[in-house]
Amino acid sequence: MAISREEVKKVSLLARLQLSDAELETMTAQLGDILGYVELLSELDTDKVEPMAHALDVSNVFRDDKVRASLDRGEALANAPKHDDECYRVPAVLGDG
Amino acid sequence: MTEPYTIIIGLEVHVQLSTASKLFCGCSTAFGSPANTQTCPVCIGMPGSLPVMNREAMALALKTAVALNCEIPRRTKWDRKQYYYPDLPKGYQISQFDLPLSEKGYLTISDSRGRFEPKPIRIIRAHLEEDAGKSMHDEVAGKGDSRIDLNRTGTPLLEVVSEPDLRSPVEARAYLDELKLLLNYLDVSDCNMQEGSLRVDANINLHIDTPEGPVATPIVEVKNMNSFRAVERALDFEAQRQYEVWQETGTIMGAPGGHKTTRGWDETAQVTVPQRTKEESSDYRYFPDPDLVPVTTTEEQVEAIRAGLGELPAALRERLQKTYNVTPYDADVLVNQGRELVDYFTELADRCGDGKMAANWVEQDVLRWLNDRQIGIGEFSVSADALAGLLEKIKGGDLTTSRGRDVLTAMLDSGQSVDAAMRKLGIQSVDQNELETLCGELLAANPKVVEDVKEGRLKAVGALIGQAKSRNPNVNPGQVRELCLKLIERM
Repeated sequence: MAISREEVKKVSLLARLQLSDAELETMTAQLGDILGYVELLSELDTDKVEPMAHALDVSNVFRDDKVRASLDRGEALANAPKHDDECYRVPAVLGDG
Repeated sequence: MTEPYTIIIGLEVHVQLSTASKLFCGCSTAFGSPANTQTCPVCIGMPGSLPVMNREAMALALKTAVALNCEIPRRTKWDRKQYYYPDLPKGYQISQFDLPLSEKGYLTISDSRGRFEPKPIRIIRAHLEEDAGKSMHDEVAGKGDSRIDLNRTGTPLLEVVSEPDLRSPVEARAYLDELKLLLNYLDVSDCNMQEGSLRVDANINLHIDTPEGPVATPIVEVKNMNSFRAVERALDFEAQRQYEVWQETGTIMGAPGGHKTTRGWDETAQVTVPQRTKEESSDYRYFPDPDLVPVTTTEEQVEAIRAGLGELPAALRERLQKTYNVTPYDADVLVNQGRELVDYFTELADRCGDGKMAANWVEQDVLRWLNDRQIGIGEFSVSADALAGLLEKIKGGDLTTSRGRDVLTAMLDSGQSVDAAMRKLGIQSVDQNELETLCGELLAANPKVVEDVKEGRLKAVGALIGQAKSRNPNVNPGQVRELCLKLIERM
């Protein structure tokens, strides 16, 4: 299954990746190869196989509703490119912020 | 309705479930803490962290879904909804896409004032998802940065999506009121709109009859409504606006320029204004979250939940009308106050044997007292049993209604019993001899009244009642009236 250059362009935009024309070319080819490889699976007869929502045959993993200590604020903010010791700071969000 | 169109409204309500900790981690969900003090590697999306589902959140969600008459599929799973926004640290929101935990329910709405007929509003689905953080634009810094607080990130939300079955802003309001009341009875959310525990988005358009057949205006999603009253007003405004735009441009749904748009409610200007829209829904690229395993629910579990729901508002209203003979309006007022007040009412009505009288006293005197003091029925110091004793005295003629009110106030102020409060107010029943003497004196002093009554103007006797009360506040006006008429007849 091939993927078009336009589709790759759209996906890169949604992923906030800025690709040059050359990169777009490479990515289109590589993604096409990956999809083609996965496409091999469609040759299998899966009529008698139950669909599954998860790779593990496990369900109902819960934890109790107990509060645990959170990160110290300084620690939480430590890796942010920009913060003011209380909040993360990001380029202005306009519209419905 | 005299408008030449039908209003079509569907609502999406996000309800914050009242868990102590977040949906997928152990951070507190408490409101109002200092910014960014309730986060951890899971909810701020640090690499290598793994979410684990909160059992209580699932239980509260299922309880609500069952109460909304939803079907509960045997299996549900979690999906990632991808979009980039600074308040969404992982770059995706954990939500539910094709296998929600519930679907195909309904909520019946009615109006005790009769503005519309009772009708079921279909619920498409109710699913669980995590909340995003909060972004604040720094007003002081002007065009500077936005500040992000991630305390709310990962808080459990139940999204309840209705079919577009609502036909007026009044119906939309009724749906919200009924949903909120139901959530209160279920005790699954505090429904505080100011704190964002309940958020409403509305989809609205018009179906207009034209000589060429019916047409539909483009759908608008209205956001930023901070109260149910605001929802009602925003929808009123939006319906009128869409009609005017259609008259001007003729643009209909699906035509060029007729795509769905988003508008925000401006509370100050009382208008809706266009909002920049995020990516189209097909661009969210949902896929199953590999970090979370599916959840299964058995038929037995659903039945156990159903059995534990207790009596819900709709059933309760019906029982109050049938068992206690109160009007639909009274039943509505009582049920809207919550289960505790209804319990107080039923106990009072059972003990005094008069549902209507009990309803009047609870709605007027008890509720006024509670509202004036902003307290709940749990803090009302006169028990249903004690109040029933007072109502019995009124029914028995020992007290007038207005003196009864004085006694109740005295009981509330002093914590005394009915009898002690009556003694304190100097209220005692006036014996028959005393009453006859009093009436005889009044008649002797008011020959004009006697004359009028003899000539058939019975109303004239009213003048004597006031005089009797000022001489002895304990007299019963009805008895004074009756006795005076009897005495005049004999004269």
